[in-house]
Amino acid sequence: MALRELSSLEKYLGQKKANKYSTQGDKKVPVLQNNNGPPLVGLVTIACHLAKEAKRPELLGDTAESRAVVQQWLEYRVTKLDSCTKEDIKTVLKDLNLYLQDKVYLAGNQFTLADVFVYYGIHPVIVDLAIQDREQYVNVTRWFDHIQRYPGVRHHLPPVAVLRNRIYTSRHH
Amino acid sequence: MDMQVTPAAHDDGYLVCVATNGQMKLFVSEGNPHCLKALAALEATGVQCGVQFVNHDERVVPFLSRPTLPALALPSGQYLFSSNAICRYLFEVNGQECSELCDQWLEWEATVLQPALQQALHMAVLQGKSSEVSKVLQGPINVLEQSLSKRNTPYLTGDSVSAADLVLWAGFFPVLSDSSLTLGEHKSLKAWFDRVAAMNACQSAAQKVLQGKGLQGMKSYMQRQPAPQSSQCRETQPCNSNSEEGGERVVSEEEMEAAALTWSKGLNTCPPATKKQHPILPQEDKRNVLVTSALPYVNNVPHLGNIIGCVLSADVFSRYGRLRGWNMLFVCGTDEYGTATENKAREEGLTPQQICDKYHAVHSSIYKWFQIDFDYFGRTTTEKQTEIAQDIFWRLHERDFLIEDTVEQLRCENCQRFLADRFVEGICPHCSYPEARGDQCDKCGRLINAVDLREPQCKVCRQTPVIRSSKHLFLDLPKLESQLEQWLEKSTSTGDWTANAKQITRSWLRDGLKPRCITRDLKWGTPVPHADFKEKVFYVWFDAPIGYLSITANYTSEWEKWWKNPHQVELYNFMAKDNVPFHSVVFPCSLLGAQDNYTLVNHLIATEYLNYEDTKFSKSRGVGVFGDMAKDTGIPSDVWRFYLLYVRPEGQDSAFSWADMALKNNSELLNNLGNFINRAGMFVTKFFEGCVPVMELQEEDKKLLALVSWELQQYIQLMDKIKIRDALKHILNISRHGNQYIQVNEPWKKIKGGDSERQRAGTVTGVSVNIACLLSVMLFPYMPAVSQTIRDQLNAPPSCINTMLEGNGTFVCSLSAGHRIGAVSPLFQKLEADQIEALKKKFGGQQVFDSAAVPAPAAAVEVGTVNQVDPEKAKQLTQAVAEQGEKVRALKAQKAEKAVITAEVAKLLDLKKQLALAEGKNPEPAPQKGKKK
Repeated sequence: MALRELSSLEKYLGQKKANKYSTQGDKKVPVLQNNNGPPLVGLVTIACHLAKEAKRPELLGDTAESRAVVQQWLEYRVTKLDSCTKEDIKTVLKDLNLYLQDKVYLAGNQFTLADVFVYYGIHPVIVDLAIQDREQYVNVTRWFDHIQRYPGVRHHLPPVAVLRNRIYTSRHH
Repeated sequence: MDMQVTPAAHDDGYLVCVATNGQMKLFVSEGNPHCLKALAALEATGVQCGVQFVNHDERVVPFLSRPTLPALALPSGQYLFSSNAICRYLFEVNGQECSELCDQWLEWEATVLQPALQQALHMAVLQGKSSEVSKVLQGPINVLEQSLSKRNTPYLTGDSVSAADLVLWAGFFPVLSDSSLTLGEHKSLKAWFDRVAAMNACQSAAQKVLQGKGLQGMKSYMQRQPAPQSSQCRETQPCNSNSEEGGERVVSEEEMEAAALTWSKGLNTCPPATKKQHPILPQEDKRNVLVTSALPYVNNVPHLGNIIGCVLSADVFSRYGRLRGWNMLFVCGTDEYGTATENKAREEGLTPQQICDKYHAVHSSIYKWFQIDFDYFGRTTTEKQTEIAQDIFWRLHERDFLIEDTVEQLRCENCQRFLADRFVEGICPHCSYPEARGDQCDKCGRLINAVDLREPQCKVCRQTPVIRSSKHLFLDLPKLESQLEQWLEKSTSTGDWTANAKQITRSWLRDGLKPRCITRDLKWGTPVPHADFKEKVFYVWFDAPIGYLSITANYTSEWEKWWKNPHQVELYNFMAKDNVPFHSVVFPCSLLGAQDNYTLVNHLIATEYLNYEDTKFSKSRGVGVFGDMAKDTGIPSDVWRFYLLYVRPEGQDSAFSWADMALKNNSELLNNLGNFINRAGMFVTKFFEGCVPVMELQEEDKKLLALVSWELQQYIQLMDKIKIRDALKHILNISRHGNQYIQVNEPWKKIKGGDSERQRAGTVTGVSVNIACLLSVMLFPYMPAVSQTIRDQLNAPPSCINTMLEGNGTFVCSLSAGHRIGAVSPLFQKLEADQIEALKKKFGGQQVFDSAAVPAPAAAVEVGTVNQVDPEKAKQLTQAVAEQGEKVRALKAQKAEKAVITAEVAKLLDLKKQLALAEGKNPEPAPQKGKKK
């Protein structure tokens, strides 16, 4: 999973040369074989490295503050989201929904790696949501739909229909 | 499914008020080890920042529902709630950005060390199991020890302190500083830890947070933390992978023996289910199942959504029920009364009756093409309808369940008529949504009385309607409410109601029932028999569900044996979810109030919505697939059925997509299912002269039989519960098992070998062809034509069909050694990419432009690459475009209603598009600014 996310990120960043990855341990933590130094370990660490290498530092935030916010959500992704149980999901969605109430992206008005990886991480949760729940967490849904349509992000994941576009109208009148 | 009440965070009493005034403020609590990190970093960096100690359960971060500390309020008003992010930030503000190595340690701390620490602290502080702590922490400690000894630098990332040092120090501090814990000798770790711990910042932070109490200082904090999960976390699976395909189920000895025993039993000797004998009536010793699908409204051609939501789902279930040996009656028909029909009649210059006749035929032929096997497909404009509806009306009237009231109604003086709810639009009185309909607001979902709309407009002419009063009858729902609730309690607990059906019904009851108007000032409807209401007809909500009864009455004069027989009959209603309240609340109230021992719904099956590609379905733009167009695609009816059922909006919305349809056809039908059945049959034909060979079951074969039997049982359990989409997956699993079995055993090689190898090839072939026979039976509800073709090809005995779905499912050897099969040929065809692309274009629709903005055909200069040029069709279409163009010009000259003109313009555009396609041109208007993508 993590490797597919990284390969999607590489595509998004337009990197041509294929990086070599392996995984480590039961949790299959990704490892990047780095020519100029020791290997890098961890999804977030590697993702940030790739963004820097592609000369896209803005994806990590453009102020000290937004950089911290981006790192915070990346950490949230690999800790809270990746280990959340069925009961936790409601809390996660509720919190995110409140957080996103006045934001376009996780770091405010700017698209960052936080959006990419929280999107990847939350995708299975959104897929499993009933439409009623998707409507309940309207800010999450809005953000999610926005990110999945962001050019070049979705790659390995199937699109999720989050809006009610009725194929038919009700029969009565 | 109770809606969670979310208190606005700002109302929460616990929330700490933060006056930031552009100042930073750090919130910490005593005894919280995470606060060690933040305080240490604050002191180490010397960043100016206020510190406030709060209680563990105070919520500082407004958007987090659980108290989370430390928290840093930033000058901008944003919050950081991750201790690592706080440290990183403080270091960066101080001019020390994190290196990649520092990043890596921080990630390791959060993902590897913290879960282990939480478990360790939980054991040490709360459970007193200090001795087990070292076991939990051994892994992370070794990692750190090795790394430190290898790098040989004083700090984790080099020669100076970084955020990583403070974060890891703070993580280890509680356990390493406690002498009661023995964690073994780790020289490098110890040296590094002591070096960091000696810093003033760390000493001061430790004092503030733990106050020298060591582990015990953390007790009150630890008690408030959720118990740590053991390492089994929810693995985030790539959700596009089918979990059923991945893990091989472990099959037990017993299962294998049971499956082999069943297999050897052979077919039933009892005669196969006889052909249906009409009229079908309830029988004493049978399960009598009455199936209805929501009555499609007559003035529209049904589209894919209608088809999957109602008739197709009901058809699959009733076909399945017949296979199970239940006594099934499946009725449906067109719902024909109401304003919409009157309107359509006006539009087409016909009488309402002519419109109904015309569209009833259209519906019939579409359902016939989709192989919907109604026992009777009727209509609501019949004498029986009048008779039964008026009877129910009088019974309600006699029992005092009808109330008279004067209603204010909207009337458009310009159009000279009362406006039905759907012909008026305005601002929602509840939520101010500007495009609320007269009956319901699409935004907030609340029901609306048309006269309550603010700034109402006639949808046809956009004039403001006037309010007129008129006397009407209401069904007294509040009076019936307690009876209804009693019945619902029983029906929903004993029957199979889909979750959405229960939820929608509950929400109606929760809001309290109100009297509901059952009469209307219209002509086209069932007349109200009461002398005081002579000029009025029944409102469709009251009238239409009675159609189920009258349609059955037109099928058999003994209809009451179905409809007034709740003890012998089980009623299943199929519908899309927008129809739920009328089947679960309003109609049952009519029947309960009429007190005539009516059969009420036992199982209410409602689908969610089906989307079309990524765009909204639109009739006026010609976007979407209508029932009558499906057959023009050249894709067989069975494949349409398969795909619609594969994406049936069961439990959640789903989407129809052309590309996905092609993919499922090619991967599931052609490569999986079709391939397996064809191979099995071909082996019999090619290697065994068309006769099923002798089978001698070995372990491996028995294991396969057990796997297949399990899938069959799942299929039956799911189908019994009307989980139609889920059950289909189990059919496909069986052929997947079969393909693997053939692949592993390679009968085409073994047949060339010695005697025992040839024998093995025979067994594998025989088992495979019997699985193909089972598949034909399981497929019958979904793909009736393909199912029949398979049985014809295998020359399967008719009794196989009722044997295998008995009880929990019995997979028997129905084609025994020596059975001669028929001619085998492929079942499915590949859907090619260009074919699908053309269909997608054809049904994709185009934006409707004002006619002035319509691009002239000449503007479409780009030549499409995949379009087939068809001169004959182009000729016909040129003619059609000219005629339609005339029509639009004429309508404009007459100053016809805008809606009418728009609809005609849409037709014109669609024709032009088709013409462009037929001429091999790209129908898209030339893009203005470069190409997309």
